[in-house]
Amino acid sequence: MALTVVVLSVMVAAALWSVVTLTMLRAAIGLALVSVLLAVVLFTMGATLAAVFELSVGAGLIPVLFVSVVSLTRRQQQEERPMVRRIYFRRFWPLPLVLLAAGIALTFVHLPIAVAPPVQEGGPRAIFWVSRRLDLFGQVLIVVAGALGIVVLFKEGPK
Amino acid sequence: MTGGGESFLLLAVFVILLVIEGLYCLILSINLLRVLLGLELLTKGVTLAIAAAGFASGRIASVQPLIITVIIIETVVVAVASGLIVAIARRHDSLSVRVTRKLKG
Repeated sequence: MALTVVVLSVMVAAALWSVVTLTMLRAAIGLALVSVLLAVVLFTMGATLAAVFELSVGAGLIPVLFVSVVSLTRRQQQEERPMVRRIYFRRFWPLPLVLLAAGIALTFVHLPIAVAPPVQEGGPRAIFWVSRRLDLFGQVLIVVAGALGIVVLFKEGPK
Repeated sequence: MTGGGESFLLLAVFVILLVIEGLYCLILSINLLRVLLGLELLTKGVTLAIAAAGFASGRIASVQPLIITVIIIETVVVAVASGLIVAIARRHDSLSVRVTRKLKG
């Protein structure tokens, strides 16, 4: 449990760094670090399948998408940089203090959460492919909707 | 790690901290990419919350398909939002959320 607490603390720190850092490239790296640490936490909990997904998609694909958008919009980012520098610290300096206060307060406050007793269950593969088969159709539909959304966005108009 | 209510309470603290970071970034950012970053951090918090609930109740196998579904939805949302951001940046030559107020149709 101590290792998990350390990993979760580093994860919150990485998320904070990705929010307060000035360049979007560093923010994307921070987001990838959050995903890697989340995958480690999932692995320690025994959710190995979800951890592999989080590591490959959350830490691999999504930062690549972020970096692609950053490189495609580099000119606009540079134009906004002086304005961002001016207002950025004014907006985001309270965030570390808010997090520290919330962390200390939540340590002493007893959250009224009831946890159900443990049950016997099948393996994740049986649940994924048998019990929750309809989820797969939903996921396929979501991926198709996403692909269509991107195709429509980059569609060339009539000349 | 051992399951149970105490470990869930500990994990819930980190979930709430992640959600605070995500909401703060989402509400106070002007740059559209940072808004997407805030949404991503919120999703990470939700993923951790689902995993913590499954872990504490001993149903970690049951929640794994749910976590995978969340990851897939997250990826599709990021992909479509990235396309939208690039389109808005090319159309208005700016990444500010204020330009989205001028959209018509």
